[in-house]
Amino acid sequence: MSKANSKSASVSGINRRQFLATTAKASCVMGMVGLGLTTVATQSRQLDPFAIRPPGALAEDDFLSACVRCGLCVEACPYDTLKLARWFEGAATGTPYFTARTIPCEMCDDIPCVKACPSGSLDHKLDNIDDAKMGIAVLIDEKNCLNYRGLRCDVCYRVCPLIDKAITLELQRNEKSGHHAMFLPTINPDVCTGCGKCEHACVTEQAVIKVLPSHIALGKSAAHDTYQHTEETTLEMLNKGLSL
Amino acid sequence: MSNQHRTATKSTTRFAQAAIEELGWWRSHRFLILRRLSQLGVLSLFAIGPFFGLWLFKGNLSSSLLLDIIPLSDPLVTLQVLTSGHWPELSLLLGAIILVGIYALLGGRVFCSWVCPVNIITDVASWARRKLSLPRTSEIPQNLRYYMLTLVLILPIATGFTVWEWVNPVPIVYRALLFGASSGLWVLVVIFLLDTFVVERAWCSHLCPTGALFSLVGKISPIKIAAVRADACNNCMDCFSVCPERQVLKPVLKKGSTQPLILDSNCTLCGRCIDVCAPRVFQYENRFKSKYSNRIPLKVES
Repeated sequence: MSKANSKSASVSGINRRQFLATTAKASCVMGMVGLGLTTVATQSRQLDPFAIRPPGALAEDDFLSACVRCGLCVEACPYDTLKLARWFEGAATGTPYFTARTIPCEMCDDIPCVKACPSGSLDHKLDNIDDAKMGIAVLIDEKNCLNYRGLRCDVCYRVCPLIDKAITLELQRNEKSGHHAMFLPTINPDVCTGCGKCEHACVTEQAVIKVLPSHIALGKSAAHDTYQHTEETTLEMLNKGLSL
Repeated sequence: MSNQHRTATKSTTRFAQAAIEELGWWRSHRFLILRRLSQLGVLSLFAIGPFFGLWLFKGNLSSSLLLDIIPLSDPLVTLQVLTSGHWPELSLLLGAIILVGIYALLGGRVFCSWVCPVNIITDVASWARRKLSLPRTSEIPQNLRYYMLTLVLILPIATGFTVWEWVNPVPIVYRALLFGASSGLWVLVVIFLLDTFVVERAWCSHLCPTGALFSLVGKISPIKIAAVRADACNNCMDCFSVCPERQVLKPVLKKGSTQPLILDSNCTLCGRCIDVCAPRVFQYENRFKSKYSNRIPLKVES
């Protein structure tokens, strides 16, 4: 054994000192390469607010650890909705996303994109597309919304696959005319799947209703907030010391 | 003016002249042509899906589905997903196991020379170096690739996401062609410039972690190149100048070598040494054929 070792050492002409020096140098280089790569990756992993992940996508951090960027979901999508991100555009290189204003998600019943995903970055537990949470639609510009001007556009409401659940029209008295109603499109974030059909269909030049990733669209109450279930919170519970 | 001069020198010092005269043009370029056909063929098998609707392979080199049944996935990206702490669907793991099985059978780095599209670029860079007679410049250690491999597998542990996949050049060509994500091609330009002007064969033979992983897979492969007529070698050095991993040739061509098989798993089995050798020293061999199997390869050799 030791004979073989000494033979190998003489064959490749490496002694201990050279070995240690090379190892140290290579490790330093790798450290720097690693830092560089991590910087590039962290800099470009911020998701563009308009890049919406496919249905069933894990939370962004988990998604980036799971997605192998193979494009099987893209090829499974029958509507050419999904794209693989290019460098410096939309999402992390090679990961799937879609832009709702261009082509929204058609919410296929059989969810072929999720079924095609080999890595589980699109969660296979999603079996009903109505439970998808790709993002949340937000009526972001009330000023330019035709319904807020007292007209009956209603397009976002009409195209919504979950009409009257995800988007409802809330009646409000139109103070301008004094005897008309305004039908205000109102989104229920608990139901909205983020398919983006409302953003796609919005008639204004720039959509006034936009799908945003949930972490941008939604606020979050603090963990110690005792009023989060106001309707269920009783006076006794409050007096007891708030063990909800 | 200089063109005339170049053709004059070219006719006298054309690369692998002896092999072309001895074996003819086809025999002396056979494996080069076959490899290019194989590399472009695999790419075409993926491309006929999105372009013509003939779905043989879906996906890309990172992970794919053959005929809607057989999953295939890159073992490197699968390992990265695992080290990042995500347990993938069974098809990804199964795909990686199938792929490792295939390449363990065919010879691990067969991927590099017969499938990987980056190889075309680095081969062109190496050809350009030869044509321009660029001097050998800086040397970097060959085993740097194993450090790269370690780094690529450690980074997901440290950061929680598959960092290498941002720049991994291997799937970039496929992504560019199949999914129109062409803006990543700058990585390949960098590799071409690095290979041509900085270090000879820098990417494929020194740095690429995918190649490093496949060389580990290939350690158990039966297919090897053997110097079956090493005694006929006339020391023309053509195989050395064309070989992407010339260190693997030394042990078999050394005077008095009794071991004809190139057991170093960094041999990419590209077959260029077979092409350019006028005395027909090399050929593909099965390592477990009876004339080789009576001895156990020493650890030193592999």
